[in-house]
Amino acid sequence: MSTIQAQTIQALTFDLQGETFALEAGLVREVLDLLPETAVPGAPPFVAAVINFRGRVIPLVDLHLAFDMEPSAPGIDSRIVVIEHPLDGEAALIGLRADKVHEVTDIAANDTEDAPRVGLRWRTDFIRRLVRRDGDVIVLPDLDQIFTARGRTASVTPLSPNR
Amino acid sequence: MSGLDPVETFRQEAQDLLEQVEQGLLDLARRPGDRTLVDAVFRGLHTLKGSGAMFGFDALAAFTHHCETAFDRVRKGEVPASPALVAAVLAAQDHMRALAEGRPVAAGAGEALLADLQAAVDGAPAPVVAAEPALNTFKIRFSLPADALVNGARPLPLLDELRDLGEARVRAITDTVPSLAELVPTECHLAWEVLLTTKHGRDAIDDVFIFVIDEMTLEVEDLTAVAEAAVETVIDVPAVEAAPEPANETRAKSGDTVRVPAERLDSMMDRVGELVIAQSRLKQLAGASTDMALRAVAEEIERLASEMRDTMMVVRMVPIQQLFGRFRRLVHDLERDTGKRIEMTTEGESTELDKTVIERLADPLIHLIRNAADHGLEAPEQRVAAGKSEAGRIHLAARQSGAEVVITITDDGRGVDRDRVRAKAEENGLIAPGQDLTDSELLQLIFAPGFSTAAAITNLSGRGVGMDVVKKTIEGLRGSLDIASTPGAGSVISLRIPLTLAIIDGLLVRVGAGRYVLPLSSVEECVELTTAQDLRSTGRNLITLRDELVPFIRLREEFATGTTPDPHQKIVVVSTGHERVGLVVDQILGDHQTVIKPLSSFHADVGAFSGATILGDGGVALILDIASLVGLGQRQDALLRAAG
Repeated sequence: MSTIQAQTIQALTFDLQGETFALEAGLVREVLDLLPETAVPGAPPFVAAVINFRGRVIPLVDLHLAFDMEPSAPGIDSRIVVIEHPLDGEAALIGLRADKVHEVTDIAANDTEDAPRVGLRWRTDFIRRLVRRDGDVIVLPDLDQIFTARGRTASVTPLSPNR
Repeated sequence: MSGLDPVETFRQEAQDLLEQVEQGLLDLARRPGDRTLVDAVFRGLHTLKGSGAMFGFDALAAFTHHCETAFDRVRKGEVPASPALVAAVLAAQDHMRALAEGRPVAAGAGEALLADLQAAVDGAPAPVVAAEPALNTFKIRFSLPADALVNGARPLPLLDELRDLGEARVRAITDTVPSLAELVPTECHLAWEVLLTTKHGRDAIDDVFIFVIDEMTLEVEDLTAVAEAAVETVIDVPAVEAAPEPANETRAKSGDTVRVPAERLDSMMDRVGELVIAQSRLKQLAGASTDMALRAVAEEIERLASEMRDTMMVVRMVPIQQLFGRFRRLVHDLERDTGKRIEMTTEGESTELDKTVIERLADPLIHLIRNAADHGLEAPEQRVAAGKSEAGRIHLAARQSGAEVVITITDDGRGVDRDRVRAKAEENGLIAPGQDLTDSELLQLIFAPGFSTAAAITNLSGRGVGMDVVKKTIEGLRGSLDIASTPGAGSVISLRIPLTLAIIDGLLVRVGAGRYVLPLSSVEECVELTTAQDLRSTGRNLITLRDELVPFIRLREEFATGTTPDPHQKIVVVSTGHERVGLVVDQILGDHQTVIKPLSSFHADVGAFSGATILGDGGVALILDIASLVGLGQRQDALLRAAG
């Protein structure tokens, strides 16, 4: 867990219903205004839609649902953060809904700590590190864990592919 | 990516040539007197020898030379193309393949093969005609100085003179030719490589170049020693091969075919896909505009993009013939190994499939044919006793059906022994003893992992790892596998493989607020769902189409759109070939050139969709997976029937 040693990482911070999250800036491909979404019937609510990102069809992930929040509602500050992240061993582009996107900031590794085992209302394995800053806490989510746990389960498909 | 490795290019060429030779030989086994076949085999061997030497495959060239020589006697009618001869050349051809691929070959294997070949040609070692001079093979490489043409030197007569000495294969080397912009037309930047087989010696070659030797570079390499090292006995003296204009032949060939790595095709396909998407946006803009000039250009671009797309698709398609051809050799070997007589017939060889699909189909089909030969067909005496012809039949057929290619393997053997399948499945714990199964469920057990009915395990099949792997591979191609069998009369195995194309013609429909694409090739017809029908069919979703009941699915309910139905709903009837289902949609929007975009693994297991596409307005439409919808329709129908 202590992969980040005495160094700083650049991270993009964004809000999900009042909580601040951060992703390594290197992962982020682009921040977009909201786009028309296409619902995928039968897909898990966590990835209920796809969008057209520069000619590619990419899944749109709602991280709210990984952190027990209400599904995101589009607002004036809503954005889509497009990240590059491996899915099943292949590099994939994934859109993340964000209620508000702040800035790219430096986070010193010394300022980060493991998620406490108790006292959090979220699944701790979904959190890679926590960062304390100005009396606030920034969450570095563990996308691998989240995608594995939320992307597959609950895929109650109305049409079973069994033929 | 820089230029292609010439050695790799040669290997590919060699593979094609060997395949061509093999096909010719197999045909020849059936029609021994066919002159064109003899010529085709001879030509193949000849070309292989020539290009082999050119690319440094000297052992291959030498070995092939002797086969060619033997075959030349067949060509000249001195010896018949006896089965023994064909078998010997087939065996030799395997050796050539090993040499071409650079695989290690056993020492002395080549000599043994050539001895067999020799024995087959004349039944006895050929008398070595002492009076005839031995043949020499030279590799000659020469180039002229850049100003040679200006100074009056002429390369063509030089080449002609070389040809007069014997059989010559000429290749122009263009490595030093500058780009067109820098090319001075009066300068000569070409070099030539000539492979010469001649009765004359080295001196004769030097004589050819006597007038230009001072300015030019000339390298002559004697390959005769290499050729002789491979075999001890000089078999025969071939007549000087009258290859018609070898230089032209080479040039024509490189103009006819270009080998392109598949990944370049893939990236080109991507570009075409983007073009098609951009074009549909243009079409939409132009449609909203009153500018006639713009509309004309948009129409022109639409036509071009669609033609480009079609061409691109054709480029990726190869006839299944390529695959079927390989099986003829397999059957030839199977006859030998099983001691059964097998007649294989094929049909629909011109059916085309995407190249990658064809490659992945080879192994499963080999396994199925082996299985048919090994388990399906009976031994000749059993067949005669059963009143069948002595030779067992295996029929291989391919045809296109909608968006799929159907491949069937039919044998007229003993059929599947149900009792044995059941016993075996119970023994392996696949089913409970006495479990109630329909006939098709019972037959499907053959494809279960770890199932094998062969009483004796042969080296052909029966390892019990086959059929389930076949099934997995086919399903990996999004295809399906079916078996039908009549005891005593044989079995039919059908594979249904989707034409996995990157771009398809689609029918765009609307369900609720969402837009979906149906592959046009699986659409049979569109009818209106009248209000009366709609109300009547609440219990059972069936419509009558030309006296046939077709189940239908309300996509609006299936996709839980939560919208109210349009007043004039339509039913799009789709089929997978033999099963049909109607899909109720709110609106039919029209046809759409659909560039298939893959869905991420998040959505890969959502059964109803096989991909997505981008529409003219930038929106995304999902592509419906017809096979799973039809399956759903059938199941739903079966449930309703069962419920009464």
